[in-house]
Amino acid sequence: MSEILRLENVSRHFSGLQALRDVTLTVNRGEVLGLIGPNGAGKTTLVNTICGVTPANSGKITFDGKDITRIKTYQAARLGLSRTFQIVQPFAEFTALDNVAAAALFSQPGQSLKMAREQAMAHLVYVGLELQANHPAATLTLAMRKRLELAKALAMKPKLLFLDEVNAGLNSAEVERATKLIHELAASGITIVMIEHLMKVVLNVCTRIAVLHNGALIADGAPREVIENPAVVEAYLGQQYAKRNVARG
Amino acid sequence: MTKSNIALLVLLAVVASLPLFGGAYALRLGTIACMYAIMALSWNVVGGFAGYPSFATAAFFGFGAYTAGVLLNKGLPLWLCVVIAAVTALLIAAVLGAALLRLRGHYFAIASLSLVEVLRELVNNATDLTGGGMGLNIPLGSGSGVLAEAMFFFYAMWILLLLTVLMVMAVAGSKLGFGLACIRQNETASSMVGLNTTLYKSIAFGLSACFVSAAGGVYAAWVHYIDPSDVFDILYSVKPIVMALMGGLGSPLGVACGAFLYLGLEEVVWRNYIQIHTGVLGLIIVLLLLFLPHGLISLRPANLWRRVKHV
Repeated sequence: MSEILRLENVSRHFSGLQALRDVTLTVNRGEVLGLIGPNGAGKTTLVNTICGVTPANSGKITFDGKDITRIKTYQAARLGLSRTFQIVQPFAEFTALDNVAAAALFSQPGQSLKMAREQAMAHLVYVGLELQANHPAATLTLAMRKRLELAKALAMKPKLLFLDEVNAGLNSAEVERATKLIHELAASGITIVMIEHLMKVVLNVCTRIAVLHNGALIADGAPREVIENPAVVEAYLGQQYAKRNVARG
Repeated sequence: MTKSNIALLVLLAVVASLPLFGGAYALRLGTIACMYAIMALSWNVVGGFAGYPSFATAAFFGFGAYTAGVLLNKGLPLWLCVVIAAVTALLIAAVLGAALLRLRGHYFAIASLSLVEVLRELVNNATDLTGGGMGLNIPLGSGSGVLAEAMFFFYAMWILLLLTVLMVMAVAGSKLGFGLACIRQNETASSMVGLNTTLYKSIAFGLSACFVSAAGGVYAAWVHYIDPSDVFDILYSVKPIVMALMGGLGSPLGVACGAFLYLGLEEVVWRNYIQIHTGVLGLIIVLLLLFLPHGLISLRPANLWRRVKHV
């Protein structure tokens, strides 16, 4: 398997707080990597650092053979790195359609607004929001806004897609629906890195898991190995989860 | 072309017919009306479309007035002076914008305000070029009659207004306008979908400066004498914002109506309450903004009719 993203000794601090320490990680084409860890471990910072929102203080990031360590956010987006936000970030006054159209319009060169709107409709249909296409984004429910985020990310024709807690705040039916969507995306060949707290979803979807704790990578490997790793149990999963897991076999 | 754009062009045509109905006083008012509308519509590009509350209008107005004034004294024709004023303002604003527009909200407002003071001080101190605090005399034009000159400057300002309106319409209907609307709503998300926010904001700032600067140039030639405290008057920064708010933020038709309404109020209040005219004007503005927060444009005949029926 060829690699699409490589991080070498990436560090980032916010004045005194070391958010990422010497993270070295590769993502392979076509895999679904789960990024887990306790709150404040630096998961979102890692995504922000890759996308150029908070550039790395040291280390090197390579995407698709290009050095993107110092890249600007909009350039990262045009290269095919797209993401959804943990806290949804719609254009509130725009309709759902225009939200997605904006993503299609600005991420691809030489797009016209008309073409972008046509493509946007297809993505809305894909995530099941076609009935809400002409509603302002502000009026959508949280689950719909999360799917809108996903449609926006897809409209950018991503090579690598970061999903930042797409399931947080959703009820179990909505989680099931979102999980199904992620499965379909993975099957279509998009490389996915997902930040997720629901272990059920992580184990269901991911082909590999990386664990962050206090900004450092403490484990990286196949899902079964990682959840039995004592350091991960100690830092994140907890003894109870480990016991239940063992009991279940 | 949308209905409101057509309405705006019709409004402009009506303004152009003003000389048919009035004398020198009406022409003077008409010229100021066009000037105010240029300022308000230009401010609307950066303040209404992109959501950056700029207080730099006076800076570019003064810049244009002095650029044209100095060049007119060197003997260049008026049209060339105005074009030079517009183009240099466009470039300077775009470059300054790239730096200033990194600030957001109140911080940007204060930084743009300081631009007015900086330019005023520069002009004050460049005595050799600008005459400093003594002001700058600008040579009289052809020497044709008073009314002919008033007519000339009215139409000069009107043509600038027409160009401003066309620019604003083009921006509103284009990818640029769409991008600015994205920036206004959520700048982080905009850059995350691949929008080069710095570039878009700079273009918007440049466009908002260039016609204001051109209007400043025409103004300088019109009044024949400018000094720093006149053309760098901070009120030139504040008035366009009030006009845009009165008319309806973001809507070109609303903003143009707001400019005309503001001028009308200013003139009526000034005539009737000369002692306390600014106080009365302020009160009216506050009341208007309180009871019509979305501006004149939110007054739709259909809505009014519904309200009447409701009563």
